[in-house]
Amino acid sequence: MTHRGSRVLHVGSLARVEGETALYLRMDGDRVAEARLAIYEPPRFFEAFLRGRSHTEPPDITSRVCGICPVAYQLSACRAVEDACGVVVDGQLGALRRLLYCGEWIESQTLHIHLLHAPDFLGCDSAIDLARTRRADVERGLRLKQAGNAIMELLGGRAIHPINVRLGGFHRVPTTAELRPLAERLRRARDDAQETVRWVAEFEFPDAGCDNDLLALAEPGSYAIESGTPTVMPAPSTAGLPPGSARSLPTRTFGVREFGGHVVESQVPHSTALHSLLDGRRHLTGSLARYAISGRWLSPIALQAAQDAGLGDPRQGTVCRNPFRSIVVRAVEVLHAVDEALRIIEAYEPPPRPYLEVPARAGTGHGATEAPRGLLYHRYTLDADGTITDAGLVPPTAQNQGAIEEDLRRLVQQRLADGDPTDAELTTLCERAIRNHDPCISCSAHFLDLTVEWTGNGW
Amino acid sequence: MTASSRPKLAVWKFASCDGCQLTLLDCEDELLGIADKVEISHFLEASSATGPGPYDLSLVEGSVTTPQDVDRIQHIRAVSRRLVTIGACATAGGVQALRNYADVAEFQAVVYARPDYIETLATSTPISAHVPVDFELRGCPIDRGQLVEVITAHLAGRKPDVPAHSVCFECKQRGTVCVTVAHGTPCLGPVTHAGCGALCPAYGRGCYGCFGPSDSTNFPSFIPLLRRDGMDTLDIVRVLRTFNTAAPEFDAVSREELDQ
Repeated sequence: MTHRGSRVLHVGSLARVEGETALYLRMDGDRVAEARLAIYEPPRFFEAFLRGRSHTEPPDITSRVCGICPVAYQLSACRAVEDACGVVVDGQLGALRRLLYCGEWIESQTLHIHLLHAPDFLGCDSAIDLARTRRADVERGLRLKQAGNAIMELLGGRAIHPINVRLGGFHRVPTTAELRPLAERLRRARDDAQETVRWVAEFEFPDAGCDNDLLALAEPGSYAIESGTPTVMPAPSTAGLPPGSARSLPTRTFGVREFGGHVVESQVPHSTALHSLLDGRRHLTGSLARYAISGRWLSPIALQAAQDAGLGDPRQGTVCRNPFRSIVVRAVEVLHAVDEALRIIEAYEPPPRPYLEVPARAGTGHGATEAPRGLLYHRYTLDADGTITDAGLVPPTAQNQGAIEEDLRRLVQQRLADGDPTDAELTTLCERAIRNHDPCISCSAHFLDLTVEWTGNGW
Repeated sequence: MTASSRPKLAVWKFASCDGCQLTLLDCEDELLGIADKVEISHFLEASSATGPGPYDLSLVEGSVTTPQDVDRIQHIRAVSRRLVTIGACATAGGVQALRNYADVAEFQAVVYARPDYIETLATSTPISAHVPVDFELRGCPIDRGQLVEVITAHLAGRKPDVPAHSVCFECKQRGTVCVTVAHGTPCLGPVTHAGCGALCPAYGRGCYGCFGPSDSTNFPSFIPLLRRDGMDTLDIVRVLRTFNTAAPEFDAVSREELDQ
């Protein structure tokens, strides 16, 4: 035993995530008494300064919450304001929105897989380090990422904070001829995406299973991305099953407009991000939740890749609850997004107008979409002239905080039971546990100050 | 080049969305090439390996919004041979500088049930308000091509070739028909710094000023043009007070508009 009596550790910095976060672990003897993920992002007060702005502005303004998933913010904002104004965007305009979102999924998920997450499994500090020994894998990732960016650049004008999204649709829609070269590129990207699934499936995955309710949008017949109904798959323990159980449980749903009644935010002293609970319980959004809830609607090629990668068949009710395997699910989602983008391009006929008019009216609107790292909800209340009087944004990482803390507690507890971990081992384990969830803490510097406090007589 | 002989690059982040440092990772074609030419000593979004300073080139993203930020930027300046700010937050306070016109305590109360848990400054300020800056790269977000130019210029020991003229020049270069002249669409192009390649007019919308003011602006002539095309005082104030809120030119004109 290296740790005796009270002990406090301050360790390194958490890299390869977006944002500043710290971790506090308190040990009582050989038991983890407390695991807290403290997000120290400097608050930027979007919800406060959106008040007084015009209803046309949230798509441009809220995209600046996050440079990694601006389309998620733009489209959740559009859906919420359009809901307030009684406008529904569908048909080819809806398909183009989904195409743009596919671009963001491909770009953002590939970034996480190759540049942020894979180095964990291969013992490297960074993708640049990784490129010294596995240059072809990194280059394939960069190529795939570039294909996602190409969609965003054509349809959105640029890959970060696209300029072409507006209420009701787009400022300008592409011609069929403009999309053609993109399709050629995406056919090559599909091979890269398939290869990526095979690549990550070979990694070594620690045994782990999370026991949280899973929350994702669902849209029968489609793998939900830009729209859908909030759907909850309960934690296995509620049905008396072991936490890592691969069996799916009956789901329940609620309307997007009831989101605030189910997902309730509260403030905790140790974080600038609000914590949220789903009907009073811890929950997880993101790739694992989407795969559990919508997996059966993956394109045939993605579904086959998922099964070949050992994720099981979601059509038979198999779910994946191992957070370390989220990298495989993410790779399958990239393959699906590439395939889906191709399908949309092949079926594309330019709509008669690039956007529908969205005249202002007094009321409250709600919108939710699937950001790469989980469900993102927006709510706006408007005056009759369209001035925003109230705004609410619930990002996925804030929702996932409780589940991440539970992962940390469980993994550290398990590690303690297996033997006497060094400080470095504990830090690596905790960093990996956090990165599994691709947290997007898009503010401030990226520090993990790991504090481990050991108390009690057991040490 | 051996690791020790390569210039050391560091990337730092303050209050921001991560988009500008993501621009570096979005240089897919150049990323591995850049990594061969410089030693990436500190770039937490990309690598968990960090090397000690001093750094030859520090790229700084984000604005100063907390008491700790004020100390941290001083330290970064002290360990950096050259310091370049990247993006609207670092050069003009960012969208979070909208707090500069408001009561921050009230803002905190809107977002947080317990504002007393939150430590923040009443203002969001650019990096240049705190330390000397060698070069400011504009944009929300910055342009990939301009970022590569800034890094390569530094490696070659020359001044970056980043034009300071307005977006209108880029529209002309691109051959885009002027949206104001042809359609009466309000457009901030005449007063906005070039760099984006005149994206918005190419997509049929007016420029919304995300690169901040150009080096030569003529607001007394420009504001009547916006009014002619249908913008009222509130519209004008809103568009100037968005992503480059704390840029002195945009700030001054928006205050004048409200005073009238």
